[in-house]
Amino acid sequence: MKKRNVALWVYFAFLIMPIYWMLNTSFKTNNEILNYLHWFPHNFTVQNYVQIFTSPFWRRGFLNSLAFVSMNVAIVIVAAVPAAYAFSRWHFRGDKHLFFWLLTNRMAPTAAFIVPFFALYSNIGLFDTHIAVALAHALFNLPLAIWILEGFMSGIPKEIDETAFVDGYSFPHFFWKIFRPLISQGIAVAAFFAFLFSWVELLLARTLTSTAAKPITVTLSRSLGAGGWDWGVLAAAGVLTMIPGALVVYFIRNLMAKGFAMGRV
Amino acid sequence: MKNRAWWFLLPALAVMSLSAFIPLMTVINYAQYSVFPGSAPQFIGMENFADVLNDGVFLNSLRRQVLFSIEILLIEIPLGLGLALALPKKGKWVGWSLVLLGVPLLIPWNVVGIIWRVFTRSDLGAVPAIFNWIGYGAYNASLNSGDAWWTVVAMDVWHWTPLVVLLCYAGLQAIPEEFYRAAKIDGASAWSTFRYVTLPKLRHSLILAVLLRFMDSFKIYAEPFQLTGGGPGNSTTFLSIYTSRKAIGGFNMGFGAAVSIIYFFLVILISWLLYTIMMNVGGGSSQ
Repeated sequence: MKKRNVALWVYFAFLIMPIYWMLNTSFKTNNEILNYLHWFPHNFTVQNYVQIFTSPFWRRGFLNSLAFVSMNVAIVIVAAVPAAYAFSRWHFRGDKHLFFWLLTNRMAPTAAFIVPFFALYSNIGLFDTHIAVALAHALFNLPLAIWILEGFMSGIPKEIDETAFVDGYSFPHFFWKIFRPLISQGIAVAAFFAFLFSWVELLLARTLTSTAAKPITVTLSRSLGAGGWDWGVLAAAGVLTMIPGALVVYFIRNLMAKGFAMGRV
Repeated sequence: MKNRAWWFLLPALAVMSLSAFIPLMTVINYAQYSVFPGSAPQFIGMENFADVLNDGVFLNSLRRQVLFSIEILLIEIPLGLGLALALPKKGKWVGWSLVLLGVPLLIPWNVVGIIWRVFTRSDLGAVPAIFNWIGYGAYNASLNSGDAWWTVVAMDVWHWTPLVVLLCYAGLQAIPEEFYRAAKIDGASAWSTFRYVTLPKLRHSLILAVLLRFMDSFKIYAEPFQLTGGGPGNSTTFLSIYTSRKAIGGFNMGFGAAVSIIYFFLVILISWLLYTIMMNVGGGSSQ
């Protein structure tokens, strides 16, 4: 009992250390960062954060990211819900093959797709737009969302659909009034994964944008490559990109614990 | 009814054709041509593939990539399983442990690289100071290729072990208490309880964890790109870094396309092999 607790504490310390060091760095001046090795800031400053919030350069990066992430979530959910319904309710020719083909796309190495994506989106005039990044991320998010939603929908008995049709519900009415509330948890999970991937991905987002739609992750890695860097500002920006994810986990922690207890997820 | 299914699939198929089918066709098409900017593409058949397979840098990246994925699986799967067993089953710490485990998974991948760069750089990081203190003052991840390699491995363990822990923990919670009670009544030792009750029940979680960790470690890009840039030399140039260099920076797009196809098929092939092996091994010895 004692030994396992020690192991857990060591592991959690390992988990926190790099994040703490980044937080620590973000509150220091560049002089202190480069010349002294302090375990906590001696000249505490929020100047790095002020610089980010007052600079349109950084602000635009955050807004661009939010734009294509929300577009991606919307596209994925709108396309995945009917597709998952079809897979869970009907058998049709080639359904298994199609389902498997969708899943192989989740395995595709992102780097293998940057040449054709770049060529395709340049040719149809979508290069450097939010929608291009959103569509490209759908390659990975849509199969996963269909897979998750199909699981949730298959757990709902078919009799519910049939009873509703006998009772004279039209399909859209049935879907919105009866079916949607039943799968709302599945939609939330699928949306969460779509949000997650789109927010953390770099390679596609960098390939498909140059200036107008440049996301925060790219802003970060470009400013890192530019030579004389501002480590304090970089650390502060890194801390800020961690906030949306941390908020998401914080709000779903009870849901997560409950889901785990029921053996789902 | 049958035709109705296709109408429901239409939006998904439209999106997938723009984001998967057309790009895949393009890349297969490109791979058979010599494509230089500013001149007409020339059909050369399988020549690009032969060039790729004879390229020493490609073969070295491939070898490095395979080694990396093996090391990652050997470290992260046992560690994740052990930690999942050690986590409390109920009580107030469960929620907070899960939150803490979730955090690394939600950080943008290149920010993970930046965090580790700030953490390990010799002029401003904590790691060199700690190594210096325990007597390894020569640590330098941007000059010494051995240090760079193990720093990337440590970063990946930091970043992705929580996923293995969460998957295993979910699997553990799903095992009914009765199984353990029965094992206790039979007088089973802790090890045989683990071996004959816990492990077989965890098979699905473990297969999922191994497959996800394999596929994603084989695709790793942003974290090492940000931490080491693939260096020093080519010592941390993984397949994705090589591919994107050839695809964006290289002159012959056909060559880049051929690399992409070989890469894609390797991932599918190895995933399928792992899946088949694990299904057979697990099925043969457990029940």
